[in-house]
Amino acid sequence: MSVMIDVNDVSMLFNLSKERVDNIKEYLIRVAKRQLQFDEFWALKNVSFQIEKGDSLGVIGLNGSGKSTLLKVVSGILKPTSGTVITNGNVAPLIELGAGFDADLSARENIFLNGAILGYTHEYMEERFDDIIRFAELEQFVDVPVKNFSSGMTARLGFAIATMNVPDILIIDEVLAVGDFKFQEKSFARMKSIIDSGATVLFVSHSIQQVQQMCNKALWLEHGHVRMFGDAQEVCAAYSQE
Amino acid sequence: MAQKIELLKQKIKVFLKYKTLLNELVVRDIKVRYRKSVLGLLWTVLNPLLMMCVITVVFSTLFRQNIPNFPIYYLAGSLIFSFNSEATSNGLYSIIGSASLIKKVYIPKYLFPISKVLSALVNLGFSLVAMFVVMIVTGAPFHATLLLMPLPIFYVFLFTSGLSLLLAAATVYFRDIAHFWGVFVLAWTYFTPIFYPVTILPSFAMKIMQLNPMYHYVTYMRDVVLYGTFPGMKENLICFLIGAVTLLIGLWVFYRKQDRFVLYV
Repeated sequence: MSVMIDVNDVSMLFNLSKERVDNIKEYLIRVAKRQLQFDEFWALKNVSFQIEKGDSLGVIGLNGSGKSTLLKVVSGILKPTSGTVITNGNVAPLIELGAGFDADLSARENIFLNGAILGYTHEYMEERFDDIIRFAELEQFVDVPVKNFSSGMTARLGFAIATMNVPDILIIDEVLAVGDFKFQEKSFARMKSIIDSGATVLFVSHSIQQVQQMCNKALWLEHGHVRMFGDAQEVCAAYSQE
Repeated sequence: MAQKIELLKQKIKVFLKYKTLLNELVVRDIKVRYRKSVLGLLWTVLNPLLMMCVITVVFSTLFRQNIPNFPIYYLAGSLIFSFNSEATSNGLYSIIGSASLIKKVYIPKYLFPISKVLSALVNLGFSLVAMFVVMIVTGAPFHATLLLMPLPIFYVFLFTSGLSLLLAAATVYFRDIAHFWGVFVLAWTYFTPIFYPVTILPSFAMKIMQLNPMYHYVTYMRDVVLYGTFPGMKENLICFLIGAVTLLIGLWVFYRKQDRFVLYV
């Protein structure tokens, strides 16, 4: 088995300045007074784990335990303060649906824009265009600007684009609660089929039940530290007992 | 050394992967700007034409300068200058304006300022059409040196890209720059011979003028468009070096700071 994601001793430090200094006058005054102090906050501290091809890892923990930060570090949005992350294969981040949409453009134009953000060519998107529209159930609204969409419609379109193919690594941050229950079932089924076809999945959820259903491994984070890492059922059981 | 080449190869591969995105960003810029206007893209040609009319009327009645072929004199200079000011003014907002995207997806960040420079370049292309129209209407001669026009545009493109990268990175940390830049560009407009001839300047001001990069680009453009002369080796070298050095500084600062953008936007 090949290692798909190797997270090695990753720590992430945030400076929590009480008031953000973002103008020159303020900055100079603070430098002169030596008041440029920050509260340091370690969102992740010495986190290490490896997942292999075909694994699906559920990340669990309370609010503020560093789950989303971990996903952002793995998908390359944040650079860790120390430590390394190595990913093998293309990563499809599903951190927030429709993040790359331009409200003034139509659904059609946004599909190509969003595809480009994920690194796909125009021709590639053209081939998948009909599938995306059909899955998102937006046949009648192809040329409507996205600003006139309901939030459910936007999220459906975002989900359809992000899951249109089977990536090597799929990263999901609590986005399965999209749309009405019918669309939720549909998106859950699609996630399942992506996992079954051998993709490696990193999944954040507050729902222990979803993690147990979808993942074979689990990582329990507490205040940025790894509390437990291993078999999904065991970790979930320990977590529920807390 | 081999490692460096490997790194460069990697960078080029990533750039090629995101070529489509760069293209989409530029197209989006232009589409969104002219959406819902009746004349649409025609405005890119119409705008410089109308501006030229206003300036020509003002400077041929109120402030007489007696520059032969004033409309072309003005257009050749102002098109190059507007390219720079449009690209830098949009470029400095490009990173903070894409905050929502930068926080959620990994994208090479230089794409944002560079896309603004490219859409300004597309605009410049349309504006050149306006210039050719004016040249035909006013019966100005078409010199063979017109074919060399890509040269000054290439030089100013290097300069503007570097400046935009620098400003985009700096604005993340100091938002003041966004407010200050508008005033600076206005002052810069007056300190560049766009609607007056340099000959009216006293000699000490002329010395300072040599330090103004836009002066060199504007003059170069006029030489090939209006006067049909090809600037010498020295002028070519100056224009190229200003551009290349600015671009290198811009890239260097941008690369050093880009990993921390996401924490500040």
